[in-house]
Amino acid sequence: MKRIGVFVCHCGINIAGTVDIKRVVEAVKNFPGVVYVEDYKYMCSDPGQNLIREKIKSEKLDGVVIAACSPTLHEKTFRNTVSQAGINPYNCEIANIREQCSWVHTNMEEATEKAIRIVKSIVAKTLLDESLVPIKSPVVKRALVVGGGIAGIQAALNIANSGYEVVLVEKEPSIGGRMAQFSETFPTLDCAQCILTPKMVDVASNENIKLLTYSEVVDVSGSVGNFKVKIKKKAKSVDYEKCTGCGICVEKCPVKVPNEFDRGMSERKAIYTQFPQAVPNKPVIDRENCTYFQKGKCRLCERVCPFGAIDFEQEDEVIEEEVGAIVLATGYELYDVSNMGEYGGGELEDVIDGLTFERLLSSSGPTSGEVRRPSDGKVPKTVVFVKCVGSRDPEHHFPYCSKVCCMYTTKHAMLYKHRVPDGKAYIFYMDVRTAGKGYEEFYQRAQEEDGVIYLRGKVSKIYKSDGKLIVDGFDTLTGRKVQVEADMVVLAMAIRPSSGAEKLFNLLKVSTDANGFLTEAHPKLRPVESLTAGIFLVGCAQGPKDIPDSVSQANAAASMISVMFSQDYLIHEPIITGVNEDLCSGCGICVAVCPYDARKINREKGTVEVNEILCEACGACAAACPSGAAQQKNLTDRQIISMIKAILEE
Amino acid sequence: MEVSYYPGCTLKTNGKNFEVTTLKLLEKLDVDVKELEEWYCCGVTFSQSEENLIQKVAPIRTLVKAKEAGRKKLLVLCAMCYNTLKRAVKFIKDNPDKRDVIHDFMDRESTKYFGDEVEIIDLLSLLKLIGREKIREVVGDKRLNLKVAGYYGCMLLRPRDIAIDSETNPTLLEEMLENFGLSPVYFPFRVECCGSYQILNNSDFVRKQTRLIVSSAIENGADFIVTLCPLCFYNLDEVQKEIAEEDSAFKTIPVMYISQLLSIAAGISPEINDFNLHSIDPRPVLREKGLL
Repeated sequence: MKRIGVFVCHCGINIAGTVDIKRVVEAVKNFPGVVYVEDYKYMCSDPGQNLIREKIKSEKLDGVVIAACSPTLHEKTFRNTVSQAGINPYNCEIANIREQCSWVHTNMEEATEKAIRIVKSIVAKTLLDESLVPIKSPVVKRALVVGGGIAGIQAALNIANSGYEVVLVEKEPSIGGRMAQFSETFPTLDCAQCILTPKMVDVASNENIKLLTYSEVVDVSGSVGNFKVKIKKKAKSVDYEKCTGCGICVEKCPVKVPNEFDRGMSERKAIYTQFPQAVPNKPVIDRENCTYFQKGKCRLCERVCPFGAIDFEQEDEVIEEEVGAIVLATGYELYDVSNMGEYGGGELEDVIDGLTFERLLSSSGPTSGEVRRPSDGKVPKTVVFVKCVGSRDPEHHFPYCSKVCCMYTTKHAMLYKHRVPDGKAYIFYMDVRTAGKGYEEFYQRAQEEDGVIYLRGKVSKIYKSDGKLIVDGFDTLTGRKVQVEADMVVLAMAIRPSSGAEKLFNLLKVSTDANGFLTEAHPKLRPVESLTAGIFLVGCAQGPKDIPDSVSQANAAASMISVMFSQDYLIHEPIITGVNEDLCSGCGICVAVCPYDARKINREKGTVEVNEILCEACGACAAACPSGAAQQKNLTDRQIISMIKAILEE
Repeated sequence: MEVSYYPGCTLKTNGKNFEVTTLKLLEKLDVDVKELEEWYCCGVTFSQSEENLIQKVAPIRTLVKAKEAGRKKLLVLCAMCYNTLKRAVKFIKDNPDKRDVIHDFMDRESTKYFGDEVEIIDLLSLLKLIGREKIREVVGDKRLNLKVAGYYGCMLLRPRDIAIDSETNPTLLEEMLENFGLSPVYFPFRVECCGSYQILNNSDFVRKQTRLIVSSAIENGADFIVTLCPLCFYNLDEVQKEIAEEDSAFKTIPVMYISQLLSIAAGISPEINDFNLHSIDPRPVLREKGLL
């Protein structure tokens, strides 16, 4: 029988305050296999760990049970400790007597009894633990970045500059994302394009970056270190090798459609580059709107192209890439204004969202930066801004704060006042949240220097009367109803995850929260990793955030990936669910339940095989297997039964 | 489909047109409607006091009768009755202790009412349940060229847990008008309060509200305002007449119960209405539109 040592931690008063440590120590002494028991105030401290190492040697222990906090906290710590003293780390187990015992109980008598039983069951498990060796797997030192907005661009550049290859996939014809649509940025009012375009150009010229625009990820298999990704390159109908981006085709194309980049406020052609600073600065044909593709006639662009670059025969192409890590930077979109019927959203032309207003402010926008309202092109003399539209409204829309609206609405009002000095800007708000460097000062400036009027309260309805937009609201500071006759209204709509992203998230099996944003592995300590190893989350795909935060996240993810790529092998936990071939009948039930595609039937042998790298030890197969052939390492049926027996024993 | 029907006091008197036209309309839509043999005052308004249980007895008595009648659904046309009964159901479901006290008090009734036995349903939700196809079958493809401002009032939309639709941006009424081949007019004051019982002690406020609602409906091109609430009907119709008598520049618009127009759309003769119950006579507009 194994010689097991049990080390009971007080965790200050975290455990000792509710669990009688002395009694636990006394009770544990008599368990089968236990040859040594000791308690200590902080087992995870240096002296605590030294104590464990000394006793392993002096007492010739070959199994260790640490009765302390949850294994998610210190299992790794203690397994390292015991391996330094020569024990296989998988012979060290944690009995969780804090989160599952002392913290959730108040009665000392009962908590102590429960702690003893928890320790007892873990001792029973440890007795049957095997010595395991971590599984090593090679790393493909290439990364995939999905989404070419500021977050994706920053992550791609950093990984590429660390010397690793990057495949950057963007669904639009150009990279740049939402930031390319912005006018000026808060709180410095520097032009978004001016700070973004150099980075876009860097992406295009970086030898380590393979840029795939007008492309989408359609399939992903494999796992950390070795993903296989299928990417659909949509037919651009233009041969980029030949095209010089001269723009003659765009000029001559006779088809005009609403320009999405300008939120429908201008027109673009059927063959188009998204915006003047687009990267790559070459056009694509929008086949849905192209006369030739719809009616079989025209081909004017082909005739005028001096380089013979137009290629109507081009087809969608699916390519396969191997990568070791994936960065999801799929970004956001705004909740549609048509969801706000009471504000005339979608009905009243001059009730627009924040992103549309960005285009009106932008010098490259449809009005060249003059604030002119969409309905008749007049300069609005009174503009009302409404914050928290769809956000912070759990009953009707979404419960969360969209985070950036306080700042960008302040910026909008300020820029409007700069362009239309005799205009009036009103902001209806619930709160003004300005947590960020220089943000509060920016907000003060808007009120004091630019005379933006802040009204604390919600807007109940917006409607048209006598050519004016009547905004009915409430000022909670004076307790009065307010009515503003406005020429234009800007709604700070809630930030939502990009609509196409959900499909990709499902494909990757990464989890999202109730609002559709990606869930991080730990909200504080692992903020840019997903729960699926090797997949990282940056930018607004993970939650609403501003440019500095997106860039910081991108830097963080890139640095984590660089660390991963700096090693030749990835270490995979050896706790996996294998197959006992003598028992396996090859029925395939486990194959069907495996969420990681780790199991498949070997027809020749008539049994199931496991790809150990893919197995995440979720245990679904072990539970489903009718013959007991699927057994999780160090959590076998035998171990579970012995643990249950130990817990129930009187 | 078969439903029990609870009229309430107004629908037998001032709101008679609402009842008469609805019953004809539902007959045409193959709904078997049976009025409860015995019913009581709904309680008029839902008592806000949770302790004053005696005020809950009236609606519960009616619910007991509905349960005894054996039909799964109880149609309540008057918005005020709907609100009172629906909230009483919720109250009795959520407060088992108080339910027991009420049961003990009601010693004449042998049936007990627990909350889930009968579903209280309003006219719009019932029409939704009947479905667009059935309605189109009866109405046909014709459109009446009537612009109708649907006025919700508050009783069908608040509080949220008994509401038939969103209280800020409802669409059900307009959807039904559309289904019956009428053209809904979205006007901004369709969920504004009509002033309700303020008509008794602060009639100036009701005048202000009526002026606001009516003008907005006219401005948005409506030929009629329709409502489902007898009190809204009174405040919009009668008060409009009073305003018009004092202010000759004030434009009026006829107010109808929604079923009055839907039944016309379904080919039922307008003659079944008693137009003397209207302060603003809708007949001139009906004639102008060739419907009378």
